[in-house]
Amino acid sequence: MPVLDLANPVRFMKLSDRVLPWLAAAAVAVLCVGFVLAFRAPADYQQGETVRIMYIHVPFAWLGMFGYTMMALSSIGILVWRHPLADVAHKAAAPIGATFTALCLITGSLWGRPMWGTYWVWDARLTSMLVLLLLYLGVMALRAAIEDPNRAGRAVAVLTLVGFVNVPIVKFSVDWWNTLHQPASVFRMGGSTIDGSLLWPLMTCAVGFTLVFLALHMLGMRTEILRRRVQALEARAAAEAMA
Amino acid sequence: MGAFFAVVRRDMALSLGAGGGAGLGVVFFLSVITVVPFAVGPDLVLLARIGPAILWVGALLASLIGLERLFAADVEDGSLDALSLSSMPLELTAAAKGLAHWLATGLPLVVAAPALALMLNLEPAAIGAVVLTLLVGTPAVTFLGLVGAAFAGAFRRGGLLIAVLVIPLAIPVLIFAVSATSAAVSGPVPFGTPFRVLLGLALFAIVLGPVAAAAALRAARG
Repeated sequence: MPVLDLANPVRFMKLSDRVLPWLAAAAVAVLCVGFVLAFRAPADYQQGETVRIMYIHVPFAWLGMFGYTMMALSSIGILVWRHPLADVAHKAAAPIGATFTALCLITGSLWGRPMWGTYWVWDARLTSMLVLLLLYLGVMALRAAIEDPNRAGRAVAVLTLVGFVNVPIVKFSVDWWNTLHQPASVFRMGGSTIDGSLLWPLMTCAVGFTLVFLALHMLGMRTEILRRRVQALEARAAAEAMA
Repeated sequence: MGAFFAVVRRDMALSLGAGGGAGLGVVFFLSVITVVPFAVGPDLVLLARIGPAILWVGALLASLIGLERLFAADVEDGSLDALSLSSMPLELTAAAKGLAHWLATGLPLVVAAPALALMLNLEPAAIGAVVLTLLVGTPAVTFLGLVGAAFAGAFRRGGLLIAVLVIPLAIPVLIFAVSATSAAVSGPVPFGTPFRVLLGLALFAIVLGPVAAAAALRAARG
């Protein structure tokens, strides 16, 4: 089936109806394996058991960035092809990506308390993720501020792309700012490059959480399409009642 | 180019003639600078150390809050539609309005900065550095803010939305402006290093801002 056929909302609903249960089951299965591997992995010689936070923290960070990338790609779909499904994909991705970014910050600060002795430091990575969260919240605030869904879709698409262009600049600036004020030595994770015994559980968890993201995103898109249908039906019913 | 400068002149006349446009921003700037010593205490040594940062935060907020009406009036009375029918691309119209806005409200902040810097006990080198970074950095903030101003104007939302949308984008400007100032006072890098990055950020904003603002205005028209 050509990819373009998928862009038809009716076909998307049909296909996602069949795919979603399998996707969700796969997410649960891979995550179960990942968690078992993560708990059986050796504890770090320096960080002890707290290193296990990494197995969820690092996937959260990746998916926070993955979500914004997905929104940026959807924005191109909105602005170039004006496709309603791209708008649905953008709207569904925003809260999921924002949640993963927030979870990344929260798990990071829970790890930072025993390791660094503080919940929060103005480290370059933490600060970049915080700025990413602010960008997510800005996009969601703008969408919430506009009533007309069509205009809202294109407005947030413009904002998302402006933010996407700026993300590398913010990242570079924050790195520069941090290294000027404090050397990075304190924040290097245990001083050890990652060993295979830690890497495999991490990659399994990353794949599992990516499947969770995709399943939630598909579910979010389905909900949004249904919500728009209900709104259209309500509008039609109201118009008929008037006539 | 005639049309470009006509829009600049028109917007400057409007914002300077309306009363309080330029002056109000400076008064807001002064108010922010005034509350900080009440919050942190009147310790002159401490104020001299954090003074450049206070001045920059004040200027950033004054620039962002001033952006609220940049497109709003023209959207409401339809003159933006008239402007967009002219042969000049909407991007250049947005750039002209941004330039006029900076001349009317950003430049006064730069001019007022030395006096406010004296109140914060800054040494002469720091004052010079703050003024130079403001001269280069406030246009960057204004032009980055154009996209927020376009949304605020088109969708009739207030300045709070502009600040939420634009502050994350303005963080690099703040970082390099304050770094350049502290480099001028205490090193270790020379003033020119962060200052040149700041210049680059300003040029980037001046190109990106009008393009994004024009896209935002078109998106809002639906």
